[in-house]
Amino acid sequence: MASSVRRPGPSMCWAAAGAAALLTLTACSSSGAGGGTTDSDSTAAAGVPSDGSDGLSGSVTVFAAASLKESFTTLGKEFEKDHPGTKVTFNFGGSDTLAASITGGAPADVFAAASTKTMAIVTDGRAAAGAPVTFVRNQLEIATLPGNPERISSLKDLTKSGLKVVLCDEAVPCGAAARKALAAAGLKLTPVSYEQDVKSALTKVELKEADAAVVYKTDVKAAGDKVAGVTFPESAEAVNDYPIALLKDAPNAAAAKAFIELVTSAEGRRVLTGAGFLQP
Amino acid sequence: MTADGPAEDGSPRTTAPGAAEGLDARLLVERGSFRLDVPLAAAPGEVVALLGPNGAGKTTALRALAGLAPLGGGHLRLDGESLERTPAESRPVGVVFQDYLLFPHLTALDNVAFGPRCQGVPKGEARARAAEWLDRMGLADRAGVKPRRLSGGQAQRVALARALAVRPRLLLLDEPLAALDARTRLEIRAQLRRHLAAFEAVAVLVTHDPLDAMVLADRLVVIEEGRVVQDGAPADIARHPRSDYIARLVGLNLYRGRAEGHTVRLDDGPAITTTEDLTGPAFVAFPPGAVTLHRDRPTGSSARNLWQCRVVGLESYGDRIRTDLTGELALAADLTTVAAAELGLHPGAPVWATVKAMQTHAYPA
Amino acid sequence: MTRLEASSDGAANTLAGGPRRRGLIRPGGSRKPAAARPPAALLLPALIGLAFLLLPLIALLVRSPWRGLPELLTSAAVWQALRLSLVSATAATAVSLVLGVPLAWLLARTDFPGRGLVRALVTLPLVLPPVVGGVALLMALGRNGVVGRWLDAWFGITLPFTTAGVVVAEAFVAMPFLVISVEGTLRAADPRYEEAAATLGASRFTVFRRVTLPLIAPGIAAGAVLAWARALGEFGATITFAGNFPGRTQTMPLAVYLALQSDPEAAIALSLVLLVVSIAVLAGLRDRWMTTS
Repeated sequence: MASSVRRPGPSMCWAAAGAAALLTLTACSSSGAGGGTTDSDSTAAAGVPSDGSDGLSGSVTVFAAASLKESFTTLGKEFEKDHPGTKVTFNFGGSDTLAASITGGAPADVFAAASTKTMAIVTDGRAAAGAPVTFVRNQLEIATLPGNPERISSLKDLTKSGLKVVLCDEAVPCGAAARKALAAAGLKLTPVSYEQDVKSALTKVELKEADAAVVYKTDVKAAGDKVAGVTFPESAEAVNDYPIALLKDAPNAAAAKAFIELVTSAEGRRVLTGAGFLQP
Repeated sequence: MTADGPAEDGSPRTTAPGAAEGLDARLLVERGSFRLDVPLAAAPGEVVALLGPNGAGKTTALRALAGLAPLGGGHLRLDGESLERTPAESRPVGVVFQDYLLFPHLTALDNVAFGPRCQGVPKGEARARAAEWLDRMGLADRAGVKPRRLSGGQAQRVALARALAVRPRLLLLDEPLAALDARTRLEIRAQLRRHLAAFEAVAVLVTHDPLDAMVLADRLVVIEEGRVVQDGAPADIARHPRSDYIARLVGLNLYRGRAEGHTVRLDDGPAITTTEDLTGPAFVAFPPGAVTLHRDRPTGSSARNLWQCRVVGLESYGDRIRTDLTGELALAADLTTVAAAELGLHPGAPVWATVKAMQTHAYPA
Repeated sequence: MTRLEASSDGAANTLAGGPRRRGLIRPGGSRKPAAARPPAALLLPALIGLAFLLLPLIALLVRSPWRGLPELLTSAAVWQALRLSLVSATAATAVSLVLGVPLAWLLARTDFPGRGLVRALVTLPLVLPPVVGGVALLMALGRNGVVGRWLDAWFGITLPFTTAGVVVAEAFVAMPFLVISVEGTLRAADPRYEEAAATLGASRFTVFRRVTLPLIAPGIAAGAVLAWARALGEFGATITFAGNFPGRTQTMPLAVYLALQSDPEAAIALSLVLLVVSIAVLAGLRDRWMTTS
């Protein structure tokens, strides 16, 4: 299913629906609107630095990992301000779901993944234009209830019996990273749930349904005082690279390139590190 | 009418007020603009028929007796016990519904055993009792059959058995023969009559068919627009109808007026000469067959009652023709086909009608 | 997350419409075989509609990794998820029956102020996105929820992350189907049978048990099948409320969704299993119960 997709567009949407049956319709409908209303002449102004009179217009659709939500939303607003007449539409989600949507033909301009493995799905499917660039890295942290009532100070503390811990499913990058960290620590941890993405894992702690979750540093930061963060040394073994790539069938390639430039610029770094990301 | 029953109607078999035995009720039900006010009394062993046109309130009265419609007022006593506040399931009442309402998922036997089971009779005993009832109804071989495979007559008898199996002290029958075809009806009517005659408690029957009422009931209570218009023995009511509805049902011309000696002056029409000697408000009735029609004004006739009329409609039944007349007096006349042809009757034709005083019947209103 | 819901709802509707549609076609077909041709204005959209419903399922078959299928399907993980799905859907149906039939009776047979509002609220989970339902369940029955906190404090019961939580989530989403179906049947049923039973001395509960229930049995069966099918396909409320742990809360739809992220072929294989099981169960039930309705 993840192979041999050439041309995005509505018809491919239906084909993808057929192939994957359960995956689909909303991916097409939610992002289709943004992709469909393009576009300026794509031969114009490719790669021109942004100064407000660069001829960029139309909508840019960005598929980005859920952990990028806060920082990318900020950057999107800045982009729209710098380039009047453009509109940045985001689709945040689990990186693998997004990758499957892209190879399934969802019309998108930019893909920012939370791991190189998920980006590989897109590059293997020949859906990316050029090589992806790593723009930030993210590190794991333990999210606990505010005030850390269970006095969790290390990864090992999570294996205490009676403690309800949620992890990300191993299919998503934060789960794979957690597994790597646990392996590095030589620990065996049985969570109460493998959540489908990092935000769901964090939500379980925010709602006090779980006592702790292993999530990204950035997520802990974004949650403010609703959770408390506990760093642990093993997280160094499981640092995730976040690659970003222009997509081959981008409906608005010019604006997409400009957006990627903003993300990798000094201003982009400032916003991303402010959210807790590490520099690559 | 008093709250104690229809005593002032002078019907011959009314239970005395306050009697412990039998049914003593005044049913008051209000539903929107419709108001039912029916006093009803019956002795044990008596079969009372509520007779009336559609919408008169017969079924409402029956539902009030069964506890299926709330009583808005009045009272309801059965063998001296007040039942006004007793819910349907606790009343010692059995009901045969118009379309029987046999439970479609139960066999004939289990339908009949349903009541005893609900009264706490052990399963085996309830079924034995039910089998006995079915046997009595001549349906022993249909015990294991589901209602949809019963004929109309069989279903009617199962419904009767089911109602009787709870040993009711008041048996209610709602149009028990209406759902049957003409032939079955004749047979079942005779059977039902036998079963009702053998029933020792009070039975109340609702029907709009005068024949059913006359055959099955000891006493008729005629209801129109929620009120009792007449109450008495069937033969009595047939001879002395007090409303157009009954008169039409029993095939009589009926008029109301004021009697002075042998003459009854109608409220809005001519006078009718009768043989009875009365004073005060009175009814006059005569059958359509007593009317003679003439094309010209009869000269040698001894008839005292002579009216000029016009034909409104003609309808044949059997070898007779029923003629509807209007004019000085509205009336129905029956004549033979030959006579109708000789007179050249057609709608609009002018005729003279005569009735001999001897054939009229006057009684106090 | 919501995309799975869209397709499972579609499946439930197809299944619901199945027997009814057959019922409509059969009498017409047998009475006059040479009936007038359906007009193109109806036929064309009807066929497109049919293709729309069937095409995804056919595509699923076409793209199935048949060669690797035996290996995929014999894995313990698949059977674990399937077993959990069947058990929890059946338990959710049982819960729906025990609570939903009396609720339907209340709505159909009694009159109380605000009945219309209650009815609308009962059907709310039908239109509510299941994820929202899952969040609502967390708020109510979670460890820190309005009711859940007392369940935890007094009885030590916490529902999230447990199989019981899966059953709760599925019942929440599936019960309205049962209630609607049973209420409709109750309204269509002749209440005079109940009156007849009352005159024979049956208490209201006896009437319900011995007369009403048998009379509406086909409607209850149809509602139970609908509820079961809905529970089997439940995803959003389950993953939100009960989480995802293999063997405990990971039902087939969750397994499909998570497999899709890493191993699409496995996801297709799992979908196929779910499809076959659904068809088998519904076909079996329809022969037994639904032919008479």
